Amino acid sequence: MSSIAHELAKKQKEISVSEFFEKNKQILGFDSLTRALITSVKEAVDNSLDACEDASVLPDLMVKVEKVENNEYRVTVEDNGPGIVKKQVPNVFARLLYGSRFHTRAQRRGQQGIGVSAVVMYGQLTTGKAAKVRSKISDEDVAYECELILDTKKNRPDIIKEDFVIWDRVHGTSFQIHVKGKYITGKQSIFEYLKGVAIVNPHAKITFVPPEGNTVVFERATEQMPPPTKEIKPHPEGVELGELLSMAKYTESLKMTSFLNNEFSRISYRVAREICELAGVAPDARPDKLSLEEAGAILEAIKKVKIMAPETDCLSPIGETLIRKGLKNVLGGLKAEFYAPPITREPKVFAGNPFIVEVGIVYGGELCKEEPVQILRFANRVPLMYQQGACAITQAIEAVDWRRYGLEQRGGQGIPFGPAIVLVHVASTKIPFTSESKEAVANIPEIKEEIELALKHCARRLKTHLNKAAKKGKAKVKFEIVQDIIPMIAEKSAKIVGKPVPDIAGTITKIMNVVWIDDSVTFEKKKHHISVKIFNYTPKSKALHLHMLVPYDKIDQKSLEVKPIEIREGNKITWDLKRISSTEVYELAFDLVGVPQEQYDDNEVYVSHIDPASVIGVEVLPGDWDLEHLKITEEGPDEPLEEGEEGEVDYDESAEVVKNEE
Amino acid sequence: MKNNERHLRAVDRLTDLAGEVYDQIDSGKIPKMMIPLRTKGNIRFDPKSNVWKYGKAMGARTAKKLTGAQMLLRTMYMLEFIEDMIKDNKSSTLREMYYISEGWAKAKFSTQDESNMLAEDLEIITTCMREDFKLRPEEDGARVIGNVTIQEIDRKGKKKKINCRDDVGDSGYGIPYNVEKEKIEFIDCDADFIIAIETGGMFDRLVENKFDEDSHAVLVHLKGQPARSTRRFIKRLHEEMKLPVCTFTDGDPWSFRIHASLAYGAIKTAHLSELLATPTAEFIGITASDILNYELPTDKLNDKDIAALNAEKTDPRFNDEFWKQEIDLMLEINKKAEQQALAKYGLDYVTDKYLPEKLTEMGIIK
Repeated sequence: MSSIAHELAKKQKEISVSEFFEKNKQILGFDSLTRALITSVKEAVDNSLDACEDASVLPDLMVKVEKVENNEYRVTVEDNGPGIVKKQVPNVFARLLYGSRFHTRAQRRGQQGIGVSAVVMYGQLTTGKAAKVRSKISDEDVAYECELILDTKKNRPDIIKEDFVIWDRVHGTSFQIHVKGKYITGKQSIFEYLKGVAIVNPHAKITFVPPEGNTVVFERATEQMPPPTKEIKPHPEGVELGELLSMAKYTESLKMTSFLNNEFSRISYRVAREICELAGVAPDARPDKLSLEEAGAILEAIKKVKIMAPETDCLSPIGETLIRKGLKNVLGGLKAEFYAPPITREPKVFAGNPFIVEVGIVYGGELCKEEPVQILRFANRVPLMYQQGACAITQAIEAVDWRRYGLEQRGGQGIPFGPAIVLVHVASTKIPFTSESKEAVANIPEIKEEIELALKHCARRLKTHLNKAAKKGKAKVKFEIVQDIIPMIAEKSAKIVGKPVPDIAGTITKIMNVVWIDDSVTFEKKKHHISVKIFNYTPKSKALHLHMLVPYDKIDQKSLEVKPIEIREGNKITWDLKRISSTEVYELAFDLVGVPQEQYDDNEVYVSHIDPASVIGVEVLPGDWDLEHLKITEEGPDEPLEEGEEGEVDYDESAEVVKNEE
Repeated sequence: MKNNERHLRAVDRLTDLAGEVYDQIDSGKIPKMMIPLRTKGNIRFDPKSNVWKYGKAMGARTAKKLTGAQMLLRTMYMLEFIEDMIKDNKSSTLREMYYISEGWAKAKFSTQDESNMLAEDLEIITTCMREDFKLRPEEDGARVIGNVTIQEIDRKGKKKKINCRDDVGDSGYGIPYNVEKEKIEFIDCDADFIIAIETGGMFDRLVENKFDEDSHAVLVHLKGQPARSTRRFIKRLHEEMKLPVCTFTDGDPWSFRIHASLAYGAIKTAHLSELLATPTAEFIGITASDILNYELPTDKLNDKDIAALNAEKTDPRFNDEFWKQEIDLMLEINKKAEQQALAKYGLDYVTDKYLPEKLTEMGIIK
């Protein structure tokens, strides 16, 4: 028998980390050559951005991908972060499960300490080449440079070569690796990934040098750093049994109540005593002696006791302004028709982890109309490239009935069609991914519901815009009749009968009989040029009050010919337009100086002191504008229009009626 | 065609039309044109001529609406174009006019249907014919075989006599777009009746089977909905040579409409019904009853067929016992058949059995 045991023992060997890696390539994100290359870039970029943010430095990243031979690529990622002290460099880059993130609860890109070391290991397994790291911290004169491999048996870094070198950067880190991969362009490419990074990290400048050499720079869209995220202690609601036991074992607290109070958020001494009482654990029991049964009882007690929701200032949403900026920045030359004001929801909690959902929608213009909408998924400011279908974000988008909001969708579910980009960002101290490769957010009911709510909220804004556009479109049709067609009919008929061109004013006012207001904003030479044109297409002269929401102190006074009669709260401006004659076109125009372009891209124009039914193009002043004497001027009703002969039928131009014979 | 009184009259009428629009704008009104509604609800039977013409219901084409305004503008452009053609002694096809409108900016036509329709509108309003406007259709290629002798003025202005049986090949005599007296005259004829056939396949079958000679018939190929010239040709042949006319089509709702426009007048051209329709024309088939009586191979009616049949039930032209019965029967059996389905019984069946039976029944042959 013993010989058999010895035989077996020969086969029982330690499963090396590399074997584990080989078996789990997929969950780590190295399952195909294209994906492996992206993952390599992604992990290094995540690290760089986290490092910059930790040190409150505006990130300036350089990503370079070079083709070495057939399937071998050299990837270099360089940042201007704080650098890494010499002693830690090998551990950070060549030791799995090492890092500062695993034990903290804060919103970070990296979470587990696997990422970049896995890249190093993948590189050495596929090319046999070591990783090269160079890092400089600001109080050193020279940079530390080393070549590293990962000893896969011991999970320890091996330094092959090290040296100190002169580096012109003040501080920063450069990471270089050779990997087997495949470089592609288009969807799910490194370019798309970096573009995504740039959208949700508008404070970062990213330079990309692709193998073919045409350097792309994603410029910074803001100088504003995201507010630093705080670390928080775990909230009791999300704690699992093993976690509780190990925390109890290593705590410095000597009593159960102080352990609960010190190590968890939202547990006061009063609540701690309540928990102990409910769990039947002595309040002064030593935490390191906590038994399995007692720990279970405490978890049960936690569920019953009323505990405040976790604090949420540990989260760093991108924010409405920056989402808009990021999207605009990245769309580049493509002109969209409408940016729905982005939504940043209030923080919510799942399993003790606070999270926040943000949604932005871009619509129309030059975006592709025939295809499914483009979905941009982000988790903690990291773009998600793969496994779109498995992601809670996609599932939430599919669950919304987009037909209500003006997009096409077969049967009211699934990914909608239309000229739109939908951006969803989920930020949390712990993003629940479906797998270690961190490509899809798991379908947690609380998260999916929040995403749906945010999507609907943002989509309503889109719908409002579309409704407004449709209304304007209708009015535009009439505009075309009186501006273009009637003058041409007048001219042609005059030519045929050989008479002078008739005056068309009477005809125009009869067709329109409204005051048409058309406003526009253009941005040129660092100025917003604002124009409001008032076309009086009624047979009488008209007077009205025009109201706009504009920062008055930014108006270039030289450009403002007509002075307002009232300025409230610095931006509610009212003009009294006393007389606009019949068929006159009156223009109110001025410039705004010193306002960033994206901060003013749509006019808010209202009217009052005129019969609202006779105005097209703008809304009537809403009640909350809070103006006194808001009433419609006493003016006799316009004489009824000559509406053709009694019972006159419109000639049906649809042509269908008469064609039905053939 | 030389300028003559017809053209000068057309210019006067068109100028008057532009004048009306001019006066409306000049007096501050919304310009509009009144046009008879060209719908099945607005055709009336004219007992004098036994055909269907437009009734009194008028529609206003006004510049209040975009399409109306566009049509008015197009009208102005078209008037100018027609007047210029008459002045310059030119003419154009309807298709050419459609392409000419490419240069008309906002007055450009989006389809040729639109320009054809507008030309018809002008005919109705001015009571001129499109020939008076120097507009002509494309040749449509309808053909005739039978013992009829025609004298045609050819393109060199020479008179040419053509016998539609002896002087033509198997494809027959092609009906030109102009079939008025100035172009063709009927000289002689030795036939008992005219049979107008919807499909080319059936026309060729009757030709191959020598139906024209054996039954003393003039065969006319309609090519689907017959063009104006085809209808006018049949009408003239019927009146001048005293030949009865019968229509032989597929058995479906669309073919019923072919017969209706040939016999009663088309809704689209009801202003010309007096010139184009042959009220005494009889419908041979295929009828719904034929489908049952001859046990013909059939297809199921599709949704459009059913809608078309239901529309015919409210079409005044079909408001008689024969049509009511046939339409209801077709809806009931939910089937349609092609005229070539008669080949089920052999290639000669149509000429040996079906047509003789039906024509005898109608009293056209004895």
